[in-house]
Amino acid sequence: MMGPSGRRRTGIFLLLAPLGGLVLFAFLLPLGMLVWRAVDNTELATALPETTRLLRSWDGAGLPPEPVFAALAAELPKAADNQTLGLLSRRLNFEQLGMRALLLRASRVAQGFRAPYAEAFQALDPRWGEPELWQLLRRNALPVTPLYMLRAVDLTLSAGGGIVAMAGDEAIFRELFLRTIWIALVVTVLCLVIGYPVAWYLSMQSGRRARMLLLLLLLPFWTSVLVRTTAWFILLQREGVANSALRLLGLVEEPLTLIFTRTAVYLAMVHVMLPFMVLPLYGAMRRIDPVLLKAAASLGAPGWTQFRRIYLPLSLPGIAAGSLMVFTISIGFYITPALVGGNRDQMISTFIAFFVNQQVNWGMAAALGLLLLVLVGTMLYLLQRIVGARVLQAGRGAG
Amino acid sequence: MTTGNASTPSVPLQHIAAAISGAVFAFLVLPILVVVPLSFTAGELLVLPAPGFSLRWYELFFTDQRWLLASRNSLIVGVLATLAATALGTLAAIGLWLGSFRGRGLLLAVLALPLAVPAIISALALYFAFSAVGLANSLAGLVLGHTVLAAPVVVVTVLAQLRMVDRALLQAATSLGAGPVRLFRRVLLPLILPGVASGAVFAFATSFDDLMVALFLAGPGQFTLPREMYAGLREQLSPTICAAATVLVLVSGLLLGLSEVLRRRDGAGKGDPYS
Repeated sequence: MMGPSGRRRTGIFLLLAPLGGLVLFAFLLPLGMLVWRAVDNTELATALPETTRLLRSWDGAGLPPEPVFAALAAELPKAADNQTLGLLSRRLNFEQLGMRALLLRASRVAQGFRAPYAEAFQALDPRWGEPELWQLLRRNALPVTPLYMLRAVDLTLSAGGGIVAMAGDEAIFRELFLRTIWIALVVTVLCLVIGYPVAWYLSMQSGRRARMLLLLLLLPFWTSVLVRTTAWFILLQREGVANSALRLLGLVEEPLTLIFTRTAVYLAMVHVMLPFMVLPLYGAMRRIDPVLLKAAASLGAPGWTQFRRIYLPLSLPGIAAGSLMVFTISIGFYITPALVGGNRDQMISTFIAFFVNQQVNWGMAAALGLLLLVLVGTMLYLLQRIVGARVLQAGRGAG
Repeated sequence: MTTGNASTPSVPLQHIAAAISGAVFAFLVLPILVVVPLSFTAGELLVLPAPGFSLRWYELFFTDQRWLLASRNSLIVGVLATLAATALGTLAAIGLWLGSFRGRGLLLAVLALPLAVPAIISALALYFAFSAVGLANSLAGLVLGHTVLAAPVVVVTVLAQLRMVDRALLQAATSLGAGPVRLFRRVLLPLILPGVASGAVFAFATSFDDLMVALFLAGPGQFTLPREMYAGLREQLSPTICAAATVLVLVSGLLLGLSEVLRRRDGAGKGDPYS
């Protein structure tokens, strides 16, 4: 029989199990799949199982033996029939241009090939006699590939299998990551500079008045990011409200290009993120004992020194919490740059969505997502080390 | 604090801070409010001053098949996800509060993980997983996704409320012979109800405002209000979008009001919730 403590333990387990199970199966497992997708390499094995098996046991010197060519000739038409060839040719074409045409052409005629198969393939296209091509196929007979992760940092695999830099105009991701970090950094600094005096002002108000003012801060906080971005999207149109106001005030003659610029991205992102900065700052400032400043003043410290030596250091936890939170949420932004930014203002998330929805290249989406996750994880670790997990609860879904 | 003491920040400095704060509050609130007059325009263009007053865009919003479907989907998904997230989140919070086992902190961190992971990553991961099991392009998938993202909010809110409960009350009830179910229904639930209700409001807002998960998991038949709005923005900018945005701002305002009322009735509003 179970004792009271055993029953208690069972009870606690039963309370935690439903949500634990849900988070496990509908969040942790999907996250695991995302990581797996970034290295997953099963297209060749799915389309050409026997060829894959033989390639794995081949030593990789020169050209593969005749049975590999024979298996390929037998399996290519089958793969074309059961639609797995499309995925394989797209996958190999991503690694090396021209692979799609090569595979599709061979799949159409391979049924008529007779032994010796190696010569039949090479008669169709001399590339089938190049060792580099077979190196590439052998590499992709393995169930995992480093290719997507390499591409995500502008590296790629050379024909021989070494790691080399991506060619000039295709090397876009390092710049993209730097741009994402830069935009998040600018937004963080702007929020801090604007938010600090606001939080200070709020912290000096009486409880009732402060609560009234906080409501003004909370309304935007509760309004969805999409609605707020939509407002900016509408405001900043060429014939929109902002341009009419500027012309009415006589500040400009011609309408300015406001929408689809970096300025628009900063404006809208600061608008979205400002409450995330002001609330932790306000919290930290409320905890500063005014007696400390009085003591400093009575000892003759001038206002600036009081601020620099006492107020600023004491508000530092709020600065750290707010800045890290704003930065962390900002690097994952998608909706705002997508709606009010131009091509040169897009962040990592835009490319993740692009690879999923337009390119149907899940591997690249997963690799970029994994890098973003690592970046955010590092920031959260710092946040947790500096201010404790408590602040995270304020991070209601943004993006 | 305002006793003209030498330590009090100088008056000009306070005026500057007040002026900055006023400008910042205007910057925060005005852009949201600008969609309201635009939604009542009689014209087709989004210009102020509007050429005349009309309710035609609201009429369109409340009669158009696509917007109706989106409103219906948003409500169905929001209500179901809120119910599921509130139930599961409350149970888990009680379990965490009662338990004192090893790895409790880790478990809390794992349960709160969906709060910390960027929305696009969660949406991408759910898309991969739900495509594999046929849950993509279904309302069930959306409900499940929103439940996972909303439940941590409930856990955190209810846990905060539980920390104010005196455990001696539970011991007293148990010693008087109350079983676990009665203990929960008659003693614990009434004590934590404001926290549970706040959590539910947060959960509904999480689901109702979500665009990212809907962007990856919803087919045209499952478009929610934010998803339909996003599609509208990319196709053709019409005042209907302002009407939809106004409705969404109104709902957000209602939810904010509800959460404020709950916090005040709870008495926790006496303290400072943000410090």
